[in-house]
Amino acid sequence: MGKRVLLIEDEPNIIEAISFILSRDGWTVHTHEDGTSAMGKVLAMPPDMIILDVMLPGRSGFDILRDLRATDVTKDIPVMMLTARGQEKDRELAQRLGANHFMTKPFSNTEVRDYVRNFMQA
Amino acid sequence: MHRKSVNLVNRFSCRCRKPLKLLGEFGLVAQRLAGSRIREKRLDQGLRQAAVAETVGISPSYLNLIEHNRRRIGGKLLSDIARALGVEPVLLVDGADAVMLDQMRSAASQIGSDLAAKVEITRAEEMAARYPGWGALIVAQSERITALGQQVQALSDRMSHDPQLAGSLHELISAVSAIRSASSILVGPEKLDADWQRRFHENIHSDSLRLATSSEAMIAYLEAPDTQLDQTAPIDQVERYLSQTDFHLAVLEDADADPRDFAEQSGLKDGAQALLESVAARYVRDALSLPLAAFQESCEAYQYDPAALANVFHVPFSSVLRRLASLPKGQGHPPFGLAICDAAGVLTMSKSVPGFSLPRAGGACPLWPLYAAISRPSQPVRLEVALPGSKASRLLCYAIADAQQTQRFDVPPSVQSTMLVMPDPPETKVPALPVGVSCRICPRADCTSRREPAMVGVHT
Repeated sequence: MGKRVLLIEDEPNIIEAISFILSRDGWTVHTHEDGTSAMGKVLAMPPDMIILDVMLPGRSGFDILRDLRATDVTKDIPVMMLTARGQEKDRELAQRLGANHFMTKPFSNTEVRDYVRNFMQA
Repeated sequence: MHRKSVNLVNRFSCRCRKPLKLLGEFGLVAQRLAGSRIREKRLDQGLRQAAVAETVGISPSYLNLIEHNRRRIGGKLLSDIARALGVEPVLLVDGADAVMLDQMRSAASQIGSDLAAKVEITRAEEMAARYPGWGALIVAQSERITALGQQVQALSDRMSHDPQLAGSLHELISAVSAIRSASSILVGPEKLDADWQRRFHENIHSDSLRLATSSEAMIAYLEAPDTQLDQTAPIDQVERYLSQTDFHLAVLEDADADPRDFAEQSGLKDGAQALLESVAARYVRDALSLPLAAFQESCEAYQYDPAALANVFHVPFSSVLRRLASLPKGQGHPPFGLAICDAAGVLTMSKSVPGFSLPRAGGACPLWPLYAAISRPSQPVRLEVALPGSKASRLLCYAIADAQQTQRFDVPPSVQSTMLVMPDPPETKVPALPVGVSCRICPRADCTSRREPAMVGVHT
């Protein structure tokens, strides 16, 4: 079984597209659509990497990232933030909270796939 | 003090009533005498009267008569004196509109430092005097730029904080992202089985429908009439509205006038409408305590003396100041400017008259009686002030700061300062207090109240 990527995103068609391209590249992709229960999902089965949307129902991706970095079990999991908000202040906030990468929508499939591939193989 | 004040206003009235009728409201400020300008220019440059007289070949006593406007001047002598003072003759004859000059300097102070360094600030007065049309254009463009800047800021704030717009944008970008991702998969080099192809086609179709719907909704939202609001600050909208009638609101002179109806019918929206309603409510209270006909009659009888009028009508001094500033235009009353600020010195109302205009942004000169009054609440201030420059305006100011009635315990009073401004009072032996418009455009190098240096070239 390949390394596990958890995609926390609420747009069904984006979930399907990213899941497809990463699965085809050999990763095991788990998905979750709700911000409120996202930490529970991570703790139940810590993944090797998280792709985290910022605007989620219930709770923002920034809040989830803050919790991830404050929790022993999850503090070292690589996180790539994915958001429609590409403003510099959001990028800075993500970096300050400990995101490993920040990607804005609309993203390129190749960019997502290559980043995950390179990060996991590093 | 009261009698002295009345006497002064008597003299002011006697001397000014006729010119007012002859020249109109703006005539007092426009009519400046060449002799006074020669004297001011000479003093600005630190030249002795005897030295200038010798240069142009006249006696010092004759130059003295010219400087005190007791001798007409023109032709070659005017040119010679202008040359001796290093100014254009037109500056001595016509002078420059002081308000326009200040506005031109403000315009220069608002541009970047690189460009500002290239602007001939020292020749602003010459520019304003020789080419008043171009000066007005510079001022109008500067005001337009400021208004557009405010509009851009408002729209930027809206883009950042309007939840409906943010939601619509998020929806659009999400749909575009999904379409881009699915279509990339479909056109990629890897072979897809028929099921996946069908699924991504369906996804693209559903996202394209979503994109169309959200685009239409967004366009409808952006084009809705209520999004085309005036983006200037509410207070600016209210002042612009009031200035249409020179701050006189005839419909509110009626004892039954309803401030809310008035504000609703003004065409202003939201914050500006609410602000206008509070201004209208205050106007109605002033009109009730100072009925227009009786007040106008008393204004004539008491020579527009605010203290005398307050005593006659038994009303607060500040009510009289506001009422004088809202007298109807075209009925022979002298022009009055008005400024109202809160305890923090923020202008909450400003009515400009020729020779008087306070900046709302960037901070006004702190020496105005409007601000001095805040430090001594309930004590009326009467002070003559002089603006800098060869086209100096002298203004007689009446100010008072008073606490607004709160009728509640343990609540700090809301202090408000009100200042009435009468342009061009008669000369007195008491020296006028030197004030400015704002530090950036003020040439008074030795001012102890200076907050920031003047822009390069303002000092003469």
